[in-house]
This record gives sequence, structure tokens and C-alpha cells, in this order.
Amino acid sequence: MTSVNPPPPGEGAAAALAVGGDSYLSHAKGLRSWIFTLDHKRIGVMYLVAVLTSFFLGGVFALLVRTELWTPGRTIVSADTYNKLFTLHGAVMIFLVLIPSIPATIGNFVLPLMLGAKDVALPRLNLASFHLYVVGAVFLLAAILTGGVDTGWTFYTPYSVTTGTSVILTTLGAFILGFSSIFTGLNFIVTLHKMRPKGMSWFRMPLLLWSLYATAIIQVLATPVLGITLLLLVAERTLGIGIFNPALGGDPLLFQHFFWFYSHPAVYIMILPAMGIESELISVFSRKHIFGYNFIAYSSIAIAVFGFLVWGHHMFVSGQSGLANMIFSLLTFSVAIPSAVKVFNWLATMYKGSIRFDTPMLYALAFIFLFAIGGLTGLFLGALATDVHLHDTYFVVAHFHYTMFGGTVIAFLGGLHYWWPKFFGRRYSERWGKIAALLVFVGFNLTFFTQFVMGSHGMPRRYYNYLPQFTPYHQASTIGSYILALGFFVMAGYLAHSLIKGERAPANPWGAATLEWRTSSPPPYYNFEHEMTAGDPYDLDTVRFVSRAEGWVPATEGAGS
Amino acid sequence: MTTLLHCALLALTAAPGKPSFLMPREASTVAGEVDHLFYLVLGISAFFFLLVVGIMLYFVIRYRYREGVAAEKTATHNTALEVTWTVIPLTLALVIFAYGFKGFIDIVTPPANAYEVLVTAQKWSWQFTYPNGYVDKDLHVPVNRPVRLVMQSQDVIHSLYVPAFRIKRDVVPGRYNKAWFQATTPGEYQLFCAEYCGTGHSTMLAKVIVHRPGGFDTWLADASNLLKTMSPVDAGRHLYTVRGCAQCHSIDGSGKTGPTFKGFFGHKVVLSTGQAITADEDYVRESILDPQAKVVAGFEPVMPTFQGRLTNEDITSIIQYLKSLSAGPKGGGGK
Repeated sequence: MTSVNPPPPGEGAAAALAVGGDSYLSHAKGLRSWIFTLDHKRIGVMYLVAVLTSFFLGGVFALLVRTELWTPGRTIVSADTYNKLFTLHGAVMIFLVLIPSIPATIGNFVLPLMLGAKDVALPRLNLASFHLYVVGAVFLLAAILTGGVDTGWTFYTPYSVTTGTSVILTTLGAFILGFSSIFTGLNFIVTLHKMRPKGMSWFRMPLLLWSLYATAIIQVLATPVLGITLLLLVAERTLGIGIFNPALGGDPLLFQHFFWFYSHPAVYIMILPAMGIESELISVFSRKHIFGYNFIAYSSIAIAVFGFLVWGHHMFVSGQSGLANMIFSLLTFSVAIPSAVKVFNWLATMYKGSIRFDTPMLYALAFIFLFAIGGLTGLFLGALATDVHLHDTYFVVAHFHYTMFGGTVIAFLGGLHYWWPKFFGRRYSERWGKIAALLVFVGFNLTFFTQFVMGSHGMPRRYYNYLPQFTPYHQASTIGSYILALGFFVMAGYLAHSLIKGERAPANPWGAATLEWRTSSPPPYYNFEHEMTAGDPYDLDTVRFVSRAEGWVPATEGAGS
Repeated sequence: MTTLLHCALLALTAAPGKPSFLMPREASTVAGEVDHLFYLVLGISAFFFLLVVGIMLYFVIRYRYREGVAAEKTATHNTALEVTWTVIPLTLALVIFAYGFKGFIDIVTPPANAYEVLVTAQKWSWQFTYPNGYVDKDLHVPVNRPVRLVMQSQDVIHSLYVPAFRIKRDVVPGRYNKAWFQATTPGEYQLFCAEYCGTGHSTMLAKVIVHRPGGFDTWLADASNLLKTMSPVDAGRHLYTVRGCAQCHSIDGSGKTGPTFKGFFGHKVVLSTGQAITADEDYVRESILDPQAKVVAGFEPVMPTFQGRLTNEDITSIIQYLKSLSAGPKGGGGK
């Protein structure tokens, strides 16, 4: 399968992409030069191919789920198959797509470039991270091929220790993917501490780097807890040790505490890098200095810290004590504030700007719209009395898709379109880019807004069958998912076209002031010819527009130094 | 500001007993309070959503790129402004938290006089056990009376969810979770399992039937009278299973805490006093109501009394069932 052995973008493509002189794409040839490369850019590209392949797989599962829900009862598959489909959709999207999406692809590629550095601090660890990702993906794939798994991506006990499906392969896959994530996080922490260039104090880092730093802290501190929990689950299943299963003297709620101790911070692993991208895009495409840099930087750290203290809000109806519920609810509201602050800062950044609507900016604007809905609907779930009614209904499904898809995936797409010329040295079709963005936006809202209404009316989640009263909502949602899929189909088309025939991109096509735009597109193997000195990453007066072919260049020689 | 919004949105809240704009009909004492908060949060959310998206749209139109017009330099930060838009959302969030917590306390704190029903969840059905021992697959309750559910699971985690009552509580194996509600409107309501539990999760449904004043006691007496719907032998077999006889008395001759019922009725038994008697109708009846009066030799006097827990009809049915176990392979009884 392609997700196991992500192929390089092809020999022919690599050769075609070598614009003029040497680039990281043409620096060495052959499959081995990719699989065993220590170059952060190639690792980023391989991660990108792997993550997009996984996204395709998870998307196919999602479409099968939505198609099955066209009618109550059986539409295309049995109840058992349906249960496996939504489990695999969740597991693939969380562990193979959302967690590594921005840090491992865009982060790997861009972080050293933003530092003006040659590579990350620990290139071998970086490669090990990717290899572990592939091994973890193989485990998940093996689980799918040996009959699938039907526990939901949450693996709640005692169901997960009693079901006959491939729980062990899946959890071992997630365990290995956890180490892949830890390695990336560790690498970023060391790199940001040790390799910032002259002139880049902590508070002169691009905000994407602040958010990747906050993310890395969560990855390193929270992921081991997931690893231990999943190992205990495997031990319980294979050795019959009573940890979570009450039949053996264990406590099923203990599993939920352990699981959410990781998995709630994990949603910030997913959303924080998205917010980082958002800060870059809004500033560049508004031609404005970011507003409230310090507040945005501190809010990333605040989210990372508070994010560790709110896991109990997944357990408000589980039977945990009223006192615990009260504290977790209060802390949950506290974590909402830094997110709100960021949104206001982005809006203020646009004030009196000169706003362009290139494809990355369309995603940045869509992000504000969708993330606002995702964040505000969190208030209903953080409040105890309303959560009791809405818990485990489609309202929750809609809420987390608005944050995880409307937030993370939309920002990832914005970032992908923004750095695409840097990745491959090519532009893509702006017209088709806008069409795809519109299809994704419309399809997404149709798919998931209907689910808020269904959920508040009492439609429980993970239901194969449903009451006839919910049929119109389900059908609207399913139609929305097809429109969404069409958007991605269009996107795959023009991006593939760009790889082969796209117009050459200049070093700095958007007019950004961060360092990755000071080297050619695609960058040479060694990234920069000279040692770089950083200035204010949001002082956009340091660059001026020359022409479409030449892009933006430093306003004066040595500007920004 | 929130009060104004709230009033505006209150218009969306429909009269009790009918579904509102976004919520199912309200049929419990806490539903109104929950919906109140729901629409308050909806109002606050709608306000901020329109504010954010409104400003965003205004800016992208007003400040869109124009040939020859450069972006204007503005302040890159403004502490007073930023503190303001931190403190206002924080205050509103704390207000929502406080309402949510208060509502939650009401949802989870049952009054002292609540009527208790035992709930047993298993893949993929519900069992509701009433104080008189009657078991039903649907939940019948009186209107305007607090009902407390004491819930346990036989296998994995389930969750009892009644949207019309705005209550949900996980049913966790190895512990008792409790829930309570007071229904306000007679009628039939949907009960769901809300925690994923496998193949039949989406068909693990039941009805909540809220009886009119006085109707519940009549229903329970009626429903508990098994003889209306089954033969005495079948009724006896049912009671034997659900009322706990089976825990101590086998029907296949094997030894348990009490004597087996196979070939028991109509035969001679030796009591612990050495006396031998025939196990007839009166002996069985006496043993159910006063188990320690005549204990069969070789068994401990540990059986609890069923005085007040089984009706005369129940006892008669059990006797008929015991008779069927003593008859030949095809029960014809002594008649």
C-alpha cells in the first residue's frame, strides 16, 4: 500500500522540479536517497505524502459511514461493518492524520527554514520519527486487513478487552505512532532552544514556531501516558491482569481518566499548529504586522498548560464525583479564553490592511468562521447542565469536526497552499484553488451543521440505526460529505497538475518577511548560502514586489538585518 | 446585554410539552432549566459569532486590496484593548459555568421521597425492576413524582439517555450509578443507550411511559399479575427465574444452597427435626412465607421470607410450576 511506502514524487517529477540549479529535490536520486535521507525537507515531503494518503483512506471510511446513514437500518453494510468503519475513520484520522498533520509535514519542512538553519537539531531522530510512523501505519493497516476493529477510536474498557476484533494490533499501532510524535516534539524543542539565528530572541520568533513549541511540550509530556495506558490494555487482554475490567477487579473509569489525560491535550496538539499557521497567513495576506504578538504567543503556552487540566470534561456523565465535575467544568472555561483572544487579535491584524484573497487566505478566513463555531459550541459542552443532554450525541460529533476539520484541516490546507511553492517550486492554479476552497467550505458546513441540530434533538452518536425523524438531517449531511469529497478531488487534480506543469515560483511569491522565503523555491539542499540574521518576522516593509516571475525581494540590501 | 439577548431568544423556547427550535419537548422538572441555559449560551454564541464574522466580512470588503493603495500602519498592540477582550469573554464564561453547575446539581440531586426503580443494562436491552419485583423492558413511571434509578450493567458500559427529560447517565459495570427525574407530562418518551456498546447499540432502545395521576399503581398491579397473560405454570417459571428462586434451588436435581425442585413436589421429605412430611401445597406456601418453620434436613436455615413480596397468585403459580417439575416428562400433574 502506498501509505506504507510513500513513494517520492517520482524520478521524473523530481527532475522536472529542479529549477535551474541544485535543489533538495534533485540533490540525490533513487529511492534510497529518500527513505534514508536526513534532510528535514525530504522527511517533510515523505510525511506529507504519507499523511495525505492516510487522509484519503480515512476519508473513504467517512464517506462509507455517511452513505450507510442515508437510511435508517441497512443501506450498504451490516451493523458490525458500520461499527468498524467509524472506528477506523476515527483512528486513522486522529493518529495518522491530525496528530502529525501540521508539525510533521509543514513543521518539519518550514521550522528549520524559519530559523535560517541547515536542519533540525537531531536529523537522525527526525528520520526515526518518520520510520516509526510508517511502522505504526503498517500495524493499523494490518489491523484493518485482519478484520478491523470496532471499539471506537477511544478504546473504552471493558468493551475493548472483550470484543473479538483486532484491538491489540490497533493499540500497538497507536503506541508506536505515539513515539513517532514524541520524537518530532523533542526535536522541535531542542531545535528551537539551540538553533535560533542571530537576532531571533524568543519574542521575535514567527508565531508558527511558538505554537509548534507549545505543541511539542504537549507531545513530549502527554503522549507517554497514552503509551502506558495502551500497554496496560494489551496486558489486560493478553494476560488477564485486572486493571480496567471490573470482571477482573479493575476499574473502567480509570481507563477513561488515563485515556483523556492524553487525548484531551492531544486536541491541542492538533489545533495549536493550526493557530500558528493562521497567524502567519492573516498577517501576510493583509500586508499588516500581526496585532498583539505577545498575547498570541502567551496564549499558545496558556492553552498548552490549561489543556492538561481539563480531561475530566469528557466524563461528566460517567459517574465521576460532582466536585470533580465542577472543577473540570471551571477549568474548561478557562481554556476557552486564550483561543478567543487569538481570534480577536487576528481580526485586529486585518484592520486597515490591504487584503488579498489568494487561496491560502481563503482558508485562513474560513478558519475564523468555522473555528468560531467550533469554539463557541464548546461552551454548551463545557457547561455541566447542557452537557448532560448533549454528551454522546451528534452535537459533540459536529463540535469536534468544526474544531478538528474546520480548524486543523482547514489551516493545514491553508498552510499547504501557502508553502506549496516553497515545497515544490511551482505555483498551482489559483482559479481551481478557489473553486476547491468553496466546495470544501460549503460541503463541510452542510455535512456538519445539520449534525448540531440532530444532536440537540437527541440523536446519539455511533448509531447504525436511527429514528425516522432524523432522516432528513442525515441525508443533508451525507450530501454535504459528497460535496466535500468533490472539493478534495478537484484539489488533488490541480495540485498534481502543478507538480508537473505548474508555473515556476519565485523565492518569495507572497511577500512574507520570515526567513524561509529568503531562499530559493524549492530550497537548495543546504537551505541557505549565508548565515541568516533575523529581524521582526512581521515587518512586511522589509520586502517589495518586483514582478510575478521574480516575486518579492528584500526592500534594501541587508533589510531586516 | 446578556439579559436582552436572553429575552429575545426566549421566544424560541416553545411551550412545555412541544419541541422547541433546537430541543426536544420538555417533559421533566429540570428540562426547563437546562433549555434556559441552552438558549442563553446560544444567544451569547450567536452574538459573538456575528460579531467576529461581521467584523471579518466588513474588514475584507472595506480593506480589500486595491491597486496603488497600501496597507496603513496601525498600532501593533494595545494592552487596554487586549485586556478588555480577555476579561469580557472570561466573565461571560464564568457566568455560563455557574448556571451550568447549578443546573447540574439539580439534575443529580434527587429529593428524599423518590420512587426507586432498579435498572439493569446488558447487550442490548434494558430491564427495569420495580419495588414489588416486577420486571419490565420499558420504564413506567408516575407523573409528578420523583423517580430515582439505581443502575448497574451486566457487561460493558452503557448510558441511559432520555432526551425529553434532559438526563443521561452512564451505566458502568462494577458500580452503581444513579439518576433521577420527575416527569411533568404524561405520555410516551424515547429512551436511548448513549454509550457505544457494540453490534446492537443503536437498537438498545426502550420507552418511558409516564402514567396519569393514579394510573401508575393500577398499571403496576395489573402488569405484575402475570396470570392475566400466561398459564400458572409459565407464570411460576417466570417468577422462579426473576425472583431469585433459581439462585438456590435447581430444577435438574443438582445440589445448591436449597433442595432441588426436581421431583420435589408431592414427595416425602425429611425435615431437620427428623420428622417426615409430604411436600404439598400448604408446605410450599408455608416455606415461602416462613422459610425457617420447616427446614429440609441437610440444609441451613438461610432462606429469606417472601412475606409481602409475593402475592397469593404468585405463590399459587410457583406451586403449579413445582408440580410440573414433579410430573412425568410431559407434565400432566396429579389431576
